Amino acid sequence: MASVTVSHVNKSFGEFQALDDVSIEFADGGFYALLGPSGSGKTTLLRQIAGFSFPDSGEILIGGEAVESLPVEKRNIGMMFQNYALFPNMSVFDNVAFGLMVRSTPKPEIKARVGEALELVRLSGYDERKPHQLSGGQRQRVALARAIVFRPRVLLLDEPLSALDKALRLGMQVELKRIQREVGITTIFVTHDQEEALTLSDKVGVLKDGKLLQEGPPRELYERPATAFAATFLGDANLFEGDVDDGELALSDGTRLRATAPLTGVGKATCAVRPEKMAIAEEGEPPLADHNLLEAELQEIIFAGNSLSYLLRRNDIHLRVFAQNRATAELQPGQRVRLTWRVADTIPVEA
Amino acid sequence: MAVSDTKRSPTRRRQPSNAKSILGLTGPAYLWLIVTILLPLAAMFYFSFLSDVPLPGRDWQVTLSNYAAFFQEDFYRTLMLRSLRLGFEVALWCFLIGFPCAYVLAKTIKGRWREALFLMVIIPFWSNALIRVFSWTMVLRGNGILESLLDWLIPGFGSLRLMFTYEAVVIGLVHSYLPYMILTCYISLSTIDDDLIDAARSMGASRLTVLRRIILPLSMPGIVAGAVLIFVPVIGSFMEPRILGGREGTFLGTVIEDQFTSVFNWPLGAALSFILLACVLIIFAIFQPILRRAS
Ligand SMILES: Nc1ncnc2c1ncn2[C@@H]1O[C@H](COP(=O)(O)OP(=O)(O)OP(=O)(O)O)[C@@H](O)[C@H]1O
Ligand SMILES: [Mg+2]
Repeated sequence: MASVTVSHVNKSFGEFQALDDVSIEFADGGFYALLGPSGSGKTTLLRQIAGFSFPDSGEILIGGEAVESLPVEKRNIGMMFQNYALFPNMSVFDNVAFGLMVRSTPKPEIKARVGEALELVRLSGYDERKPHQLSGGQRQRVALARAIVFRPRVLLLDEPLSALDKALRLGMQVELKRIQREVGITTIFVTHDQEEALTLSDKVGVLKDGKLLQEGPPRELYERPATAFAATFLGDANLFEGDVDDGELALSDGTRLRATAPLTGVGKATCAVRPEKMAIAEEGEPPLADHNLLEAELQEIIFAGNSLSYLLRRNDIHLRVFAQNRATAELQPGQRVRLTWRVADTIPVEA
Repeated sequence: MAVSDTKRSPTRRRQPSNAKSILGLTGPAYLWLIVTILLPLAAMFYFSFLSDVPLPGRDWQVTLSNYAAFFQEDFYRTLMLRSLRLGFEVALWCFLIGFPCAYVLAKTIKGRWREALFLMVIIPFWSNALIRVFSWTMVLRGNGILESLLDWLIPGFGSLRLMFTYEAVVIGLVHSYLPYMILTCYISLSTIDDDLIDAARSMGASRLTVLRRIILPLSMPGIVAGAVLIFVPVIGSFMEPRILGGREGTFLGTVIEDQFTSVFNWPLGAALSFILLACVLIIFAIFQPILRRAS
């Protein structure tokens, strides 16, 4: 196992800058999720780490060793592809054995280790099947077994679960996490599914337009997004724009909101509030000291079984509030309601 | 119970009309094949058992002597082996030259360059076969284009003596049939997902291993199809051997052609043709397990 260091990596395709001075430290044995919208450079970054393509400038270290000039076959990495990329002409056994075979591992050892790997992904007994005789989830697991059987230093996954349906995906997420923990391999996981990134990883990095916007443990990233983009891309967020006045945020209509810490600086500022942190106050409920209060018009109630979404509007600000489905008060669209949320949940972000 | 169930099932009821539509769609094609190929072929098969061309005023009866001739005279068997060797060699050269070319076309070149190169591969198909062969005589003959060029590059190079040799026949045939191999290999190479190659490399495979374990096995259907498409016409070919091979260009194909055009012994020509066909079928039967595994 090894840590991976990417430092000041740039990559352009012609005029287009796909990676712009990206520096990330992937901890030894960690599970790092690279999250970003389509075209943000996630695959490009992964391919530089794997060695399929080489950065224009910057350094990549695997286990402290500079690898920029090593081609992929010399880097000892395991990679799992979005479309599985199993060899259709080989059995499951031969697919998994491939990485050992090219390393001239003795036959008995190949047999033992392929057996172990297939057991790890719970596919013992499928050795002789061809890839086309497997279900999508089984193929995925063969691909995973194949990527880790030769004990690579790093495991790279490019949206490995996006081709699966939702139920299977949740199952595979659990499997992936279990296997990663058992093997203890440094894992870099590319996804554009924020929920997947938050559940699986112990560190998340958000990429946008080839730049690393923010990174941190999932919880920290969710609770303290640094930018409006990170706040809206990772989960849902209500954004309030206004002017800084005496450490508070003054909205254009004069309402004043307090944030986690008194706002510094002058001029424009933006604050984000997660929809599930807001609540609709009961009629006649007295305002709490450490809460912000805002009046808004309820426009729509969206029912989704165990939860409800309220869509509200205040002047030109559209708001969303999530609530468990146990609201007692009967609310009607068109009604004016009071929203309250803790000051500590009002996060100042960069616009 | 089960029987009455299947009788009532909708798929069961749809079957007759299905068969009818299959017949309706394929019928014309089969009719055409019967009229244009099977009937003349049957006539030739009949000829091959006659002692002379069945024309009025000729004396002819049914005989096996045409077939016996092949087994009695070493001459024909030597020619048969020569023709088969020619077929194998031309197919092999086409593979050695065509496969790398198809690989480059399918996997390394993108966009407009690919179209341009493709056109260059196809163009020999468009030119007349006779012109193609005669232009090779200009290149290969003593003091021809090739020798002049070599002489200019390496003064005092001397003569290659390529014209009217077995090698000249191989060169001409490889040139004529190369596009088949390139096209069939190109098609099966372009169906190989690039991710498979990336995956193999990520597991540590060198480029040679990727070629041997992934690319060659997966493109085998195209290679086999190309080889069959080349082998069959080459062993019966007569034009290239005659023009480029001269006295060295005697193969079973040229002998058969002689029987039809100059000697006017159609029955012998027909019998030799069917023996050639039988040989091809036997070869395919022997290689059947390999061919089946490949595709
Ligand atoms: N070989 C290439 N030539 C030119 N441009 C490229 C090439 N590869 C990627 N790009 C561009 O670089 C940008 C980043 O691409 P990349 O594949 O890394 O995105 P991504 O974050 O993986 O997106 P997705 O989630 O859609 O897979 C895109 O705008 C893409 O068009
Ligand atoms: Mg991608």
